[in-house]
Amino acid sequence: MEIAYYPGCTLRTSAKNFESSSIAVADHLGITFKELSQWNCCGTVYSLASDDLMKHLAPVRVLIRAQEDNKENGLDNKLVTLCSMCYNTVKMANHLVKNDEEKLDTINQFMDEEPDYEADVNVLHFLQLLDEIGIDRIKENTKKSLEVLNLACYYGCYLLRPEEASIDEEPEAPSIMERIMEAAGARTIDYPFKNECCGSYLTVTEKKYTAERTYKIISSVVNRGADAIVLSCPLCAFNLDRRQKQAKELHANMKSIPIFYFPQLLGLAFGINSNELGFNMHYVDPRPLLKEKRLIKR
Amino acid sequence: MAETEKITIYAMGKAYKVPAGLTIMSALEYAGYQYIRGCGCRSGYCGGCATIYRREGDYKLYTDLACQTPAEDGMYLVQLPFVPANKSIYDLDKIEPMETTLVEHYPEIVKCVSCNTCTKACPQDLDVMYFIQAAKIGDFKEVAELSFDCIQCGLCAVRCPADIAHYHVAQLARRIYGKFINEKVEQLTKRLNEIEKGVYDKELNKLMKMNKAMLEKAYKKRKIEGTK
Amino acid sequence: MVDITLDQDKKDFIAEIEKLSGQKIMRCYQCGRCSAGCPLADYMDLLPNQVIKYVQLGLDKEVLECNTIWVCAACYRCSVVCPKDIDIARLMEALRLLILRDDIEKMDINKIKKEEYAELPQIALVASMRKYTS
Repeated sequence: MEIAYYPGCTLRTSAKNFESSSIAVADHLGITFKELSQWNCCGTVYSLASDDLMKHLAPVRVLIRAQEDNKENGLDNKLVTLCSMCYNTVKMANHLVKNDEEKLDTINQFMDEEPDYEADVNVLHFLQLLDEIGIDRIKENTKKSLEVLNLACYYGCYLLRPEEASIDEEPEAPSIMERIMEAAGARTIDYPFKNECCGSYLTVTEKKYTAERTYKIISSVVNRGADAIVLSCPLCAFNLDRRQKQAKELHANMKSIPIFYFPQLLGLAFGINSNELGFNMHYVDPRPLLKEKRLIKR
Repeated sequence: MAETEKITIYAMGKAYKVPAGLTIMSALEYAGYQYIRGCGCRSGYCGGCATIYRREGDYKLYTDLACQTPAEDGMYLVQLPFVPANKSIYDLDKIEPMETTLVEHYPEIVKCVSCNTCTKACPQDLDVMYFIQAAKIGDFKEVAELSFDCIQCGLCAVRCPADIAHYHVAQLARRIYGKFINEKVEQLTKRLNEIEKGVYDKELNKLMKMNKAMLEKAYKKRKIEGTK
Repeated sequence: MVDITLDQDKKDFIAEIEKLSGQKIMRCYQCGRCSAGCPLADYMDLLPNQVIKYVQLGLDKEVLECNTIWVCAACYRCSVVCPKDIDIARLMEALRLLILRDDIEKMDINKIKKEEYAELPQIALVASMRKYTS
């Protein structure tokens, strides 16, 4: 199966391991990500003002590229994303223009150099694609069970809110990531912060706030016996991983734990070469844990 | 002699009758304007003569080079001799190229909303928006390749709603690409060394002492690579 | 007799916010669920429910001076728990835009240090500039 794929900026810089591990996992399951022929940054945050069409140009341009590429390649009119923030921005912009013909018209007229957007692309997150393919397929492909790992699945905000963008039928009690990780053998914990904000972009101007959020979230999962956190957002990953440094300066007793992108661990379960999974790109090195659990060799 | 057909152009709002078939630059000169700044090679290479205009009955603002664009009847023109765009000061020898280097020097590039106005404004038809997108993720090669024909006219910067100085960003990217990333050309290094050592000083001094006629003669007699 | 109707300029402010946010601010009955759930409320000088009350009273200067609108990270936690269906994240955005659209920037991009640029992911820089600059 081939599907149009939108990477986004951060997957080409600080989250290269998220992209390489996702592509490897998808490939293993017979899914080929066909990267858009040309793409731009989506803007990362969906504009919430009722009149700010300018900020919707970027995600709609991405959707137009997907529409045109899909026509040319004869693919189903779908677009898959990995980054939670790209997913949310593109999904919400799509939702807006699908339901507001006047705004769609204005945007199409402004972008007179592009073909009109027909508001027909279906935006998916990779987790939804995995869920669709089926838990059985993940089980079948699991060669090395993750049963030795106790994981805290962290959704953050943008996979679940607003409701129109939720990848889970129950945004307030999500289970899609748990289902997928459990299919690969892992155990998962329940905890109160799984769909709460990590402090997001305040990490630029108010480092301390994100460090405090990181402390709260990590302490909560450690108290419940988690070995690591799995997630799907490069900004959550940055805050929960890199900001452990500042969190430790504020709370010396905090225990460090590694932060994974979900495909990195699926990749391990499928027996994909760990070079493709990018365990060397973390602030809190996950390799000691993985060695201890005998998931990677020395 | 037959009467030349005349057209009406508007320079900063004032109407002038000028002969048809001139470039914007020549038409303005015909109307009595003298270029002191905002004019260079007159061949479309130097990027000095950025111009903004509108056609009568059309709401759009167009951007072009005055020396390359024919004047048309009913054009409303203004010249742009200089663009006061932000320019980062750097010492190339002290730069360590990283994915974030361009953002560090020009942080405003992350404000790009992908409106594509820059691309539409570019008289060189470059994919300006996409090289800014590449700059955002530190893809020096892509920026260098997409912006290779940039002539630094500054029209992109004038039209950008995010106040980006695209042409300066691209120049830094090309410099970094040339210095740190692109394959080194052996002959160039060799020639630069020869110049530094003064191998050509004598010949250059000789040229500098020649008058115009002698220079012309020498120019016509010069050896061209690949010819006999 | 006491006149309890709002002045016209206060009514105009409320109307402007309702238009920009697309939300019916007057519906709020101060249950406080937005503030109870807010993950960043600890750092706010006005709680989200207080911000709404200030807007309802037309206290434009006071509400535009609070740090709450800049501490809000648009996580939608408040929006999904509001029993009166007010999308409070949109209210916060409208208040931010009233300031940003006067060409006042809440973040000086030239003050970010070189080491910070080297560390911060694009996603954080783009998002913060979208929220703090116009």
